[in-house]
Amino acid sequence: MRTQQAPAIHVQGLEKSYKNLEVLRGVDFDVPRGTIFALLGSNGAGKTTVVKILSTLLRADAGTVSVNGFDVATLSADVRKSISLTGQFAAVDEILTGRENLMLVARLRQIKDPGAIADDLLDRFSLTDAAARKVSTYSGGMRRRLDIAMSLIGNPPVIFLDEPTTGLDPQGRIEVWQTIKHLAEHGTTVLLTTQYLDEAEQLADRIAILHQGQIIVNGTLTELKQLLPPAQVEYVEKQPTLEDVFFAIVGDNGKHDDAGQTVTAGANE
Amino acid sequence: MTTQFLSGTAALTGRSLRHITRSPDTIITTTIMPIAFLLLFVYVFGGAINTGTDSYVNYLLPGILLITIATGISYTAFRLFLDTKSGIFERFQSMPIARSSVLWAHVLTSMVANLISIVVVVLVALLMGFHSGAGVLDWLAVAGILTLFTLALTWLAVIPGLTAKSPDGASAFAYPLIFLPFISSAFVPTDSMPGAVRAFAENQPVTTIVNTIRDLLTQQPVGTDIWIALAWLVGILIIAYTFAMATYRRKIS
Repeated sequence: MRTQQAPAIHVQGLEKSYKNLEVLRGVDFDVPRGTIFALLGSNGAGKTTVVKILSTLLRADAGTVSVNGFDVATLSADVRKSISLTGQFAAVDEILTGRENLMLVARLRQIKDPGAIADDLLDRFSLTDAAARKVSTYSGGMRRRLDIAMSLIGNPPVIFLDEPTTGLDPQGRIEVWQTIKHLAEHGTTVLLTTQYLDEAEQLADRIAILHQGQIIVNGTLTELKQLLPPAQVEYVEKQPTLEDVFFAIVGDNGKHDDAGQTVTAGANE
Repeated sequence: MTTQFLSGTAALTGRSLRHITRSPDTIITTTIMPIAFLLLFVYVFGGAINTGTDSYVNYLLPGILLITIATGISYTAFRLFLDTKSGIFERFQSMPIARSSVLWAHVLTSMVANLISIVVVVLVALLMGFHSGAGVLDWLAVAGILTLFTLALTWLAVIPGLTAKSPDGASAFAYPLIFLPFISSAFVPTDSMPGAVRAFAENQPVTTIVNTIRDLLTQQPVGTDIWIALAWLVGILIIAYTFAMATYRRKIS
């Protein structure tokens, strides 16, 4: 039944309504193993609903959905062993320290030596200096990094990231992007939702656009670009973007810890 | 499955106990009102209340302990409410742990927090001259009744904790519970009350629970009161637990 060739995520004919509001009206897509898949859509397009159904938090009204070869409706316990969810709002405990957050997840996954797991991840995500501080003192970027670090514990083969960079400053975004790329290089399947087009362009192997409850386009960036009329060649003076200006002035590429000390950022080893 | 439930509940209980030790203000605010009542009634109103006993603080303590627990569980509802609104609740729900662990962790934490509050209030009562000649078995019976009372009210608190729309709504349900002891034998004997009030006071659970604890502490025979009290407590516990679990299942599915 479960073969290595089977896609990591398989969604067919997925429907979901909240009372009279039809949110998903027949969504189909597959995500091959070890790839990054971006689900693109405006606010309210139903991206979070898809993620919630995939991560067993919501039941579908109709359709077949399987993750890592397990049906989400009938084998939800197996699905939960195969996944990690990083929700839209950082799923961290504000009152605990960063290290305690990581140890809590390791304990819940019944992994031996939670302390060593926590120290390793703190190091990989450049949070060692902040390890003993309450998460309520962390910046948005540090919180997101901790959030993603918590999702890596137990090496789940499939990771869902719901709008991972919403609310982050440019440096925080670049740090998170590097982390996600690094994950996929090591064989993890990543499904991320985003409303930023450049984020999908930067990261995703395949991009699907969810619009009014259906996937209207699904393909690689090159395939998507071919949907448009052929490009015309024009000569335009390239103005620096505000982002270029920002980094030129600040003088780095997100290699600053949010506390202000110069350290090597999380995932760029 | 069982070991998964136990280790999950243990890890999550450790987490919420840390919340309590990091913000001990919830213990302080839980105990402040019962202690204020204790002081007010013993030193201000107590002289005018004829209970037929020589020590009013001895008479009053059982009711004050119930008020302490009723105040304490409003924080249980509050903490549960905050948890369900935060992203970490969804993380727990999407992890390979027993889903009921999340609730049980809150329930066990509530038991510990209330135990601490009870100890603080009893210590204050001792300073105010509370004394009891009760033996170990009597004290164990009192501890058992208070534990059952906390457990029943905690499961009751889970329901608003899961369904409330605002933090205030989550904790406001406790107010009627806090004031129920006033219309009971907790502060004054019921035979001084007018007909309808007296009928209510004598037939509501707080009176039998207070009378039982008072009789145990003053080494009087408890009579049938203890069985009526236990019946109330077990009944409330079963109904509250059933409704809380049904609410939880509806919420997470």
